[in-house]
Amino acid sequence: MQQKDYASQIHRCFRCGYCKFPTDYSSFNCPSYRRFRFDSYSTGGRLWLIYAWLKGEIEWSEHFAEILYTCTTCKNCTEQCPMKFAPDIVDWIVGARSDMVEKGKIPPRVARFFEAVYGYGNPFKQLRSDRAAWANGTKKYAPGDEYLLYVGCLGSYDENGQKMARSLVDILNASGVSFGILGEEEECCGNEIYMLGETGLFQNLVEKNSQKFKELGVRKIVTLSPHAYNTMKNNYPAFGGSFELCHYTQLLNDLIEKNKIKLSQAHVEVKLTYHDSCFLGRYNNIYDEPRQILQSIPGIKLVEMERNRRDAFCCGGGSGNFVTDLLAGSADSPARVRAREAYETGADTLAVACPSCLTMLTDAVKAEDLDDKLAVKDISQILKELLSAK
Amino acid sequence: MPELKFDKTKCAECKAISCLVKCQYMDFKDKDKAKKEWQKVINGEDSSVLKSCITCYACEEYCPFGNHPFYLIVERQEEKGILPAPRPTVTMWINQCQPIGRFTVGKVEERALSYCFLPQFNTLVKGKLFDGIALSVIFGQEFFCNAVYLHYAKASVIKDRLPKIVENIKNQGIKELVCLHDECYGTFTSLAPAYGIDIPFKPIHYYEYLYGRLKELKDLIKPLNIKAAYQRNCSARLCPETDHYVDDIFRLLRVERVKREYDRENALCCAEIIRMAMGPAMADDVQKRNIDDMVKFGAEYCVFNCPACWDSLAHKVVKQGIKPIHMIDLCKLAIGEEQALRLPELVAEV
Amino acid sequence: MMTTSALYDSLVKIVGENFVSDQKEERYFYARDGGLMPPHEPDFVVMPKTAEEVQDIVKLANREKVPVVPKGSGLALTGLVIPQRGGIVLDMKRMDRILEVNEKARYVVVEAGVTHGVLKSYLQKHHPNLRHSIPDAPPIATVVANAVIHGQGRLSQQHGFNSDMVSGLEVVLPTGELCRIGSCSVSSYWFSKGPPLPDLSGLFLGWFGTTGIITRLGLKLYPCKKMRDIMLFLADKAELVPDIMLRLSHTEIVEDVVVSAQPLPLRFRGTFWIMAYITGDSDEELEFKRKMVWDALWEYFENRDVGFLSTSPDMKAPLLSMPSKDTARFADVSKGGGFQYAGPIAPIEKFPAFIKKLEEVATKYNVFYASTARLIGAGHCMMFSFSFSFNRADTDEMARAKEALDECSKFALEEGGVLWKADIYEQKLLMDKMDPNTLVLMKKIKQLLDPNGIMNPGNWEVK
Repeated sequence: MQQKDYASQIHRCFRCGYCKFPTDYSSFNCPSYRRFRFDSYSTGGRLWLIYAWLKGEIEWSEHFAEILYTCTTCKNCTEQCPMKFAPDIVDWIVGARSDMVEKGKIPPRVARFFEAVYGYGNPFKQLRSDRAAWANGTKKYAPGDEYLLYVGCLGSYDENGQKMARSLVDILNASGVSFGILGEEEECCGNEIYMLGETGLFQNLVEKNSQKFKELGVRKIVTLSPHAYNTMKNNYPAFGGSFELCHYTQLLNDLIEKNKIKLSQAHVEVKLTYHDSCFLGRYNNIYDEPRQILQSIPGIKLVEMERNRRDAFCCGGGSGNFVTDLLAGSADSPARVRAREAYETGADTLAVACPSCLTMLTDAVKAEDLDDKLAVKDISQILKELLSAK
Repeated sequence: MPELKFDKTKCAECKAISCLVKCQYMDFKDKDKAKKEWQKVINGEDSSVLKSCITCYACEEYCPFGNHPFYLIVERQEEKGILPAPRPTVTMWINQCQPIGRFTVGKVEERALSYCFLPQFNTLVKGKLFDGIALSVIFGQEFFCNAVYLHYAKASVIKDRLPKIVENIKNQGIKELVCLHDECYGTFTSLAPAYGIDIPFKPIHYYEYLYGRLKELKDLIKPLNIKAAYQRNCSARLCPETDHYVDDIFRLLRVERVKREYDRENALCCAEIIRMAMGPAMADDVQKRNIDDMVKFGAEYCVFNCPACWDSLAHKVVKQGIKPIHMIDLCKLAIGEEQALRLPELVAEV
Repeated sequence: MMTTSALYDSLVKIVGENFVSDQKEERYFYARDGGLMPPHEPDFVVMPKTAEEVQDIVKLANREKVPVVPKGSGLALTGLVIPQRGGIVLDMKRMDRILEVNEKARYVVVEAGVTHGVLKSYLQKHHPNLRHSIPDAPPIATVVANAVIHGQGRLSQQHGFNSDMVSGLEVVLPTGELCRIGSCSVSSYWFSKGPPLPDLSGLFLGWFGTTGIITRLGLKLYPCKKMRDIMLFLADKAELVPDIMLRLSHTEIVEDVVVSAQPLPLRFRGTFWIMAYITGDSDEELEFKRKMVWDALWEYFENRDVGFLSTSPDMKAPLLSMPSKDTARFADVSKGGGFQYAGPIAPIEKFPAFIKKLEEVATKYNVFYASTARLIGAGHCMMFSFSFSFNRADTDEMARAKEALDECSKFALEEGGVLWKADIYEQKLLMDKMDPNTLVLMKKIKQLLDPNGIMNPGNWEVK
């Protein structure tokens, strides 16, 4: 992993500032820089400060930790950095975080995040035994089922996430897909834990999950959240995880193309804009399937926000911020900026494909007093509504 | 130091003087005039040929004896200090391709692909056509065929570097080299032998390779049913025996090679070398005649053999409503895969 | 004299607590730039949003005799925004509004923190027939700061320094007053920074913030054509380059003329890459301009002294991009995130001597070099950069790069060049060489405008 190399490479940042922008330079696209505006909160600032800390030119402080942990690891900087080492930037930040975790030098909110996941299997400190409370008797995975539906912590415990989970389950059932969930046995996927630098806990989670998958003979996994998709795709194989993996939008798109999902043909006049999740988009290049799903629905008019696809502006939920909320408290908070941007398209619905985006943007739309003008819905919810319209 | 194997007795016997008579850029319809002028070149005297040659390589194909008239011209130009191209251009080329001891290779096996020094092949080599060979790749200065110095009257650079290149290829354990750029193929089958440089591996023209693969994948082929102009590049003149593969592949894919004026022996090169050597007027004229010819004979596509021709002409044919496509991509289209090498504008539309 | 904490509280009262920092991390970052100048930490980093806030800060600083250093993004690389005496660094980038575009008078009015990237994007979207002179600095460079240091950009060959393209200013004086400079001081139009009035803009352009803080700036806009192309020529004799540049400029139809030289990658070695940019609204227009450029250099081409390099659209794309990312990439040549350049402004005829010096110095100090020369103002002068890349983790290499720079600056000055965006060492060289009465005039102006010496002290410090 590039993380370990960070100490020998991190001085290469030239603080040129390309990392602050999207491709067309139209506005600031780094969520923490947009929020706080001090150069120290941009990627270049962060990298220079980490280097300074390594050299002993600055000492650890709470402010330093805050700067380090307000990065949502959205990868806009990776996209925009003109240097050869661009692909490694986020790994460097994660590497520095892992060194800090080892030293116990992290913001209190992040420490609580770790404790919760360690103790309860989720960052919300909700009981393990309640993990499947949302499920309303959804079938548990048994050997022979085609897909394991991996729900994740937000899908299991967050109010908005649960709506997503239930919608997706309904769609899968209506389409005759063979699947099951792990229920209370499901372990946190570990994506945020990895990004936050708790490598020990991450390894623990991967091993637990991988063991469970193996025991049940799981061959195919479909995830609710892009966060789980990302870590299972990119990090689990190094620990021996071996399975076919897709995000639910990929599965649903496939089902729609094969005519396996029966949608109501009632014409729904909806002007809709789609927000790319960082972990689907920049991390894993999944831009088309969610759009194809939306465009397959009769009557939907899809308009793009100015910043879309690889230039999408992060909702600010990554790196555990959907719990730690280190970027909150201002009209410049990323989710609120994004909510305004969605509203400016003239859309009446803001569509997402991620429970973290869903919960961040739902709250933001409320904070912006736009909740009667702009509905925030996950793609699974949009499709579910069309199922019920039958 | 390798020496050009030129046999002046063959020229003495020659009645056709095709090298000069057929030249598309010099007027030597009068065979006597041609014979006299060519004798000057043989003798090492000053000759208008040495200054007027635009280095299109065609006379290598025209010579009925395979006596390498073009390579002789290059030797004479260098002996006399004639600069077909400006000095700084030549310097840039000599420096750009200088071997630096850094070998850019994939998982090389006995059968390998040569990308020459053309990064476009990174884009082109994808899909089923290259199953099993896609990783066995060599690229870069250490494997560069060096034929380009024929355009710059620098046979000396070829003589100096080519033996080492051949050595580098041999040292990779390569027994069969599929040359994706036919300039490499021409180098190993025409230029190297002309200088007595032994080639210890078997060069395979990528057309031959593609044709073989297409036959293996014939169940996947859906006929394209298109009309295409073929852009026959300069180095095709060094290996005209491979031209039939164009017809073979086109037949297999149901592509019509439009019977236009500037194809086969009468082909026009892409002319960017002409621009660098002679300036824009002649280059623009050659390109205009070439493209107008494609349009006149109803070509929907222009099929390119060479990425350098692509760089020169693709964005120009597009302006005349013709779709540019490299031969490798044409084969991909026929088996249901996507065109990989595209113009930036085209990519943006997608 | 206020205590630091009282000062902090006063600043918080002005801009709010989210936009004042006395934390070590901000002080560390704002003490430095990407070049070689030694760091000095400020006491505070403050981010004002309005001119009124800037005024209040300046008045406070005056009362308390605290230094103030206004800053864009620090991309001059010569340490101009490093607070030599501590105090308050004002990061102006929160003042980021584009206030007005007047299409018929062809100007835009921007606040101090508007970046070149945002302005470019804004014009492309809302006023695609107009463009501004974009420098090759990264897009986070601010329009105001780049103009204030007399930066150059894509339109400099035609229209001069980016500061020549200023069409009005709003300035907070060191004593706190807010005033308008240029046509906007009399009219609601920002079409001129001086004429036909006494030209007061010269009191603020090029002074590195020592005479006041610019809060708004009018910038001239120019026609933006639908297409752009680049023609790449090669030369191998430095002594021919000045005439080549003048011939290109003589055509009156080139946008930008840039000459590049560097030893690596190998394709650059031994040659000068002469880039002539042309624009047009139609293929015919571009073809005609191509012909004119060829005709201008035909003699050199015929006698083989100058070559033309055919380039495909793919190869042209990075050369046509604005700003050019390759400029920033030079920092990673030594895999060490650093470069600095001395970019003296000099007569074009100095090109061969400068190239010779650059190569000598690079060999002497064993540093990696590159050079770019850009024509300014239809051939009146050029910016010639002696650029050195260094590895930030190698203190010896950094020291050698600094010595190389200093030697080049000295040389350029001796040859009659004038140092551009001079670091404090170069400022001293300039002032030592300057007409003594001119120097006295500078001192008088500084003392008049900034009697307490609070504005970016250490810069243009006339003894």
